Order: sequence, then structure tokens, then C-alpha cells
Amino acid sequence: MTEPTGPRIGADEWVARQEERLKDSGLSRFGERLGKRITPPMRFGLLVVGLAIFGIATSDQYYQRVGFNTLYYAALALGLNVVVGWAGLLDLGYVAFFGLGAYAYAFLDSPQYGLHWPTLATMALACLGCAVVGVLVSLPSRRLFGDYLAIITLFFGQIFYNLVGNLNATNGPNGLTNLDPLGFFGLHINTVRQYYYVALVVFVGVVVVLWLVNQSRTGRAWRSMREDSMAAQLLGMPVNWLKLLAFAFGAGVAGLTGTVFAALEVNIFPSNFYLDVLITLYAIVILGGAGSMAGVMLGAFTIIVGLELLSTPDNARLLFYGGIALGLVLWLRPLRWIPIVVGGTIALGFVVNAIATAVWASGTKPTSFGGQSQTMSSWVVELTDPTKAGAYGYAILIGAVLGMTLLKGWMRKVALIPVLYLAAFVWENELVLNPSVTALIILGALLVALMIVRPAGLLGKARVEIV
Amino acid sequence: MTPLLELTGVSLHFGGLRAIGDLDLCVEEGEIVSLIGPNGAGKTTVFNLITGVYDPEAGDIRLAGRSLVGVPAHKRTRLGVARTFQTLRLFLNMSVEENVMAATFCHTRARVWQSVLRTPFQRREEREVQTLADQKLAFFGDRLAGYRRGQPAYSLSYANRRRLEIARATAANPRLLLLDEPAAGMNPVETHEITELIGRLRTEGGYTILVIEHDMHVVEGISDRVVALDHGVKIAEGSFESVATNPRVVEAYLGLRAAEEEA
Repeated sequence: MTEPTGPRIGADEWVARQEERLKDSGLSRFGERLGKRITPPMRFGLLVVGLAIFGIATSDQYYQRVGFNTLYYAALALGLNVVVGWAGLLDLGYVAFFGLGAYAYAFLDSPQYGLHWPTLATMALACLGCAVVGVLVSLPSRRLFGDYLAIITLFFGQIFYNLVGNLNATNGPNGLTNLDPLGFFGLHINTVRQYYYVALVVFVGVVVVLWLVNQSRTGRAWRSMREDSMAAQLLGMPVNWLKLLAFAFGAGVAGLTGTVFAALEVNIFPSNFYLDVLITLYAIVILGGAGSMAGVMLGAFTIIVGLELLSTPDNARLLFYGGIALGLVLWLRPLRWIPIVVGGTIALGFVVNAIATAVWASGTKPTSFGGQSQTMSSWVVELTDPTKAGAYGYAILIGAVLGMTLLKGWMRKVALIPVLYLAAFVWENELVLNPSVTALIILGALLVALMIVRPAGLLGKARVEIV
Repeated sequence: MTPLLELTGVSLHFGGLRAIGDLDLCVEEGEIVSLIGPNGAGKTTVFNLITGVYDPEAGDIRLAGRSLVGVPAHKRTRLGVARTFQTLRLFLNMSVEENVMAATFCHTRARVWQSVLRTPFQRREEREVQTLADQKLAFFGDRLAGYRRGQPAYSLSYANRRRLEIARATAANPRLLLLDEPAAGMNPVETHEITELIGRLRTEGGYTILVIEHDMHVVEGISDRVVALDHGVKIAEGSFESVATNPRVVEAYLGLRAAEEEA
């Protein structure tokens, strides 16, 4: 910038010279400049190379399947991100399009109706067909925004679920079975690794197309509509048409992803397309940061891989205690309270465990040496029949946590000691035994914590309404 | 010659309230016309009628001879009307540059598939949009230039937000520019700057301008003609001097007693 002559009113000189300051070389700026040098397309290229190598490197089918899940959820969430993140429309019927794509594949490539279309034709039809259905569904709701639109789309999602669950053509709740494997130009896709690569190609395609659209006049118009639909309309953007277009893009992506999902699953059921998928998708988009493509990818990775990690007790235990330890280090101030609370909890545990095993030997597991962990079992009271006590303990724990918020100062910190021990008790006696439920509870707690700390999501930009 | 904008007998009611009553208004090509009146007189409602937020219950609105009644709001922009907002309705979470580029939507043509394929047409058009945005922002000197272009609109100061609103409206390539209180909330120096800027918008930009303004220095400085509204009815029209001294205008602003004392 040229040096301004004389005083300028309304221009902050310090701010105005930001560019010059940024030119400062030095090591601290090196990382920043390197970050700017590597453009988003290059970063995405690196990611794709990494993902491709992962497919070759791992021979474990389980890892390949988790990779496949992450990729198709990422693609789905990116489609939802068009509607929710860019256009700013709350779409609760999104999973229906995913299901529609899957059922389209099931109809056209299975023994059910004796049809065996070429995969590419089915994919194209599912993608475009879902886009058209997306337009048709949003036609009656094109004037709606916010809550009203959410209700209408939720209604559509439910209609789809009920229809495929009851129609004879879709075999009702028994679903459609024995779908053909994907096949491209005579090459049949059979192994999980091959499906992983198909999902990777679909994912890359979705990212590239959506990125190009976002970097065009249409993308700008979508974002304008999200920011202020009235101003957008009055500046010449056809808001209704843009909404239909956003829905069409979301639905098309979902339909395409549905075909790949159906082919790998071989059998599909209405329950594959219920609210839990929608909730997972929203969790991905919100956690990652609505509107940010990189954020949504990171969100898909975090949620899908996180859920997998939590489903095995040993990993889950590590995450649980690790999370508590991290929380204490981050939030417990002054720092001298950390050894007090941790030491207190450990001491309390040994005392309670010693008393409990002595007094009620029949109901508790003895301090074993062959169990999961020696120190653990001599610290936490483990019941032989944990179902009831675990449930009561869980309820009491929630009450205790709520009660703790009413306490102030040192009393809260002291109260933390029994609460932590109670949490460990509930964890060992109740939650570890039900990994699928626990995974969701932990995930929910993580989401709540993240939303408090970083409302815009991991990579999302904090949105400013009024300044 | 047909005037660029012509309102004839336009009326609008909100329930039992007469917002606009039998309004005639005409703006010639190349003119700067000011719309004044006390708060609640219906000035912004006139803008809303022209831009299509509302349609009039009676009367006709014509742009270069073509009726706008019933034409959807976004098509009116394509026909050559663009506005700013009194309450500032920028796309706050988009960058300064993107705000301006977004407003070119109405006169760009690339379809979605062309954007996906990045056809030569689309790329050429995108370059034109970029050049246009550069031009429109350059109009404001260094106010919106340099590092500010990449910053989100919410980081701008109030006065710069008003400038960006004008830049965004001009990016729609309108023939008629509607400015709703462009000098509101500005300090005297900035107000003076805005006055000059509106003049430059006509001479350099070639826009015809209808402006709502409360600051009488601005109105005096820019207007070819002044139209005064009160309770939705035109109470005076003419040069700044004749309208400012018109007893009905003084009465509308200051009340009957004050008007009598002045007389």
C-alpha cells in the first residue's frame, strides 16, 4: 500500500498497514507462508494420495471397511453441506435420497426383478433421478425457510421410511437381498479393498464437482442467500430457483452414494435409512464446521473412526480416562488442585473398594489378578451382577453432576472427587458392558463439549450475525 | 421521451394504514432526485414498491416505459434497478470482494454445468466478473482496496459498510440506483465525501439516482429535484430551495405551531 499523505479520517492506520507487517520474513512466518503456498486443491491432492496408499497398505478387511464407511459418509455429508452449510437450508429429509439411490440400485441390479443394468447406467440414473426428485420435493416448500422447511423435509424423510417399510415392491421390512456387485466394463468389484477404491473415486468426484460449483456464481449466490435471502433476491438472485438447485445437488450426491453403499451391503433394509443416519450426518457437518468442505471431511473422519474406536472396550476405556485426565488438566485451576483431586480420587477408590469387598464379599468381584487390569480391579468396586446397581449409579451420577454445578469455589472441587469415582464406577459396571450405547453417549458428550468451546465446528468459520 | 422511472397513482395499504396514497413520481434519465420526509412518511416503502418487495394495490410503476408491476424482484434487477438498504443488509460472512461479485449474478449467464466443466465461456465470464468487482471497488479509492478486499464484510467499519452497499448495488449494472440514506451514521467529513461520491456516481458511473436522505446538506448538495413525502402522500416537489421553504414541508417536519411561528 502507498503511504497515505496527511491524516485520513475513518481509516485505522495500524490496520491499514497489516499487509506490510505480514511481509515480515522470519521463521515464525515461515509456516504461515508455506501454508499459503499449498493451495486447497494441492492439499486435497495430498489427501487423495494418502487415502490411495492407505488402501494398498492395509490388508485388514476391517480397516478397509472402516475406510469405506468414512469415505461414503464424507461424500454424503458433503452433499448435505451444500444444502445446510452453503445454502443455509435445514433439510431433515436428506437420508431419504440416500435410501432412494440405494433402492434404485436394488431394483435395477438384483434378482428381485431380474434386472441387471450396467453399474454406470444405474449410478447415473440414481444420481440424476434423485436430483429430479429433490427438485420435486422442494417445489412445494420453495417459499419456506428455517423451521417450516425443516418440518416439511422431516415429513418427507418419514414418508420414505414408511413407504419402503410397507410396500410389497420393496419387500417391506425384510428389505431387498442379493444385490449384484458393482461392475465396470466387465470388471466385477468383489473385495472390500476394491469397494474402498470405488468409494474413493466417488468421494473425489463429489469433492471436485462441489468445489467447482462453489467457486462459481452459483456458489456465491447460495452463500448470499444464506446470509440474507431478501437482500439476495433484491440484488437479482432468484432465491427460489437457487433453493431447488441446492436441494438437487444434495439429493444427487446422496443418490450416487446410495448405489455404492447398497452394492457393498448386498442386502438393504429400510432401517439402513432411518434417523440415526441423519443424526450422524448432522453431527459430522456440525462438528466439522458447516460450510467448510475440509471441515466436513475432518468431521466424517472424527465421527466414523471415533465411533469405531469406542466400540471396543479397551479403546473406549482409554478414551474415557484419557478424556477425564485431559479435562482436568485443561479446566482445573489453580493447578495445585489437580494432584489434590487426582490423589483424592485414587485414595477414595482404594478405601471404598477395600471396605466394599470386605463387607459385601458375595456381591463384589474379588480383587483379582487375572482380570482386565490388576490395579483397576483393586480400585473400582466391580459388582458380580452390575445391571441394577450400574443403572442406579448412572442416574445418581447425572444427579451428582447437575448438583455439582450448584456448588461454588473449593466445595465444587472437593465434590469432584466422589463424582469422579462414581463416574469410574458407572463406567466399569454399566457403560463398558454396552459399547454401542456408550459410544453414542460419549460422542454426544464430546459434541456438547466441542460446541461450547468451538461453536463454529472444528474448521468452520465463526459466523457473525450483527456487529 | 419516456422518463426512466415513472410512478403513476401508486397506492399501498398495510391493513388500515395508508402507507402510500396516489403517488406520482418521475425520474428522468441522468437525474438525481432526493426523496425526503419525516420518519414513517413512506420513503422506504416507495423503494420497496420499485424493487418488488411489495406490489402496489393501484397505479403503475414503469421503468423506461416497461411496467414493473407483477415482475418478480430478482428480474427487476436484471431490468436495471438496484438498491442499497437503510438498515445495511450486507452478506456479512462473505468477503468484501465476494459481496460485490455476488451482485453480478443477474447479468452473468454461465449455467451450473458450465461452471462444473469450467468451459471457456464460464472462465471468460468469471474473469469479467473479477474485473468488474475491481472496478466497482476502485471507485471508492483506498476505502475498500488493498487488504480489505479479502476480509469478511463484518470486519468493516460502519461507514465502509455503507460504501460497500453502494459498490454492491452498482455491480448489478443498474440504470437506476436507489440509495436509502447513504449518509446515515456518518461523521461530517464522511458525509461530505458521500455527497461528492453521489455526484461522481452520475458523472463517471452514468447512473440515474433516486436517493432517500435526511441530511439536508447532502440533499442540497446533490439534488436536481427534491420530492417531499408525508404520510404516504407527496406534499411538495421542486428545487431544494422551493421544497425546503415550502410551509407544508416545514409543518411536516416541525409541527403546525412551529411552522406558523416560522411564517
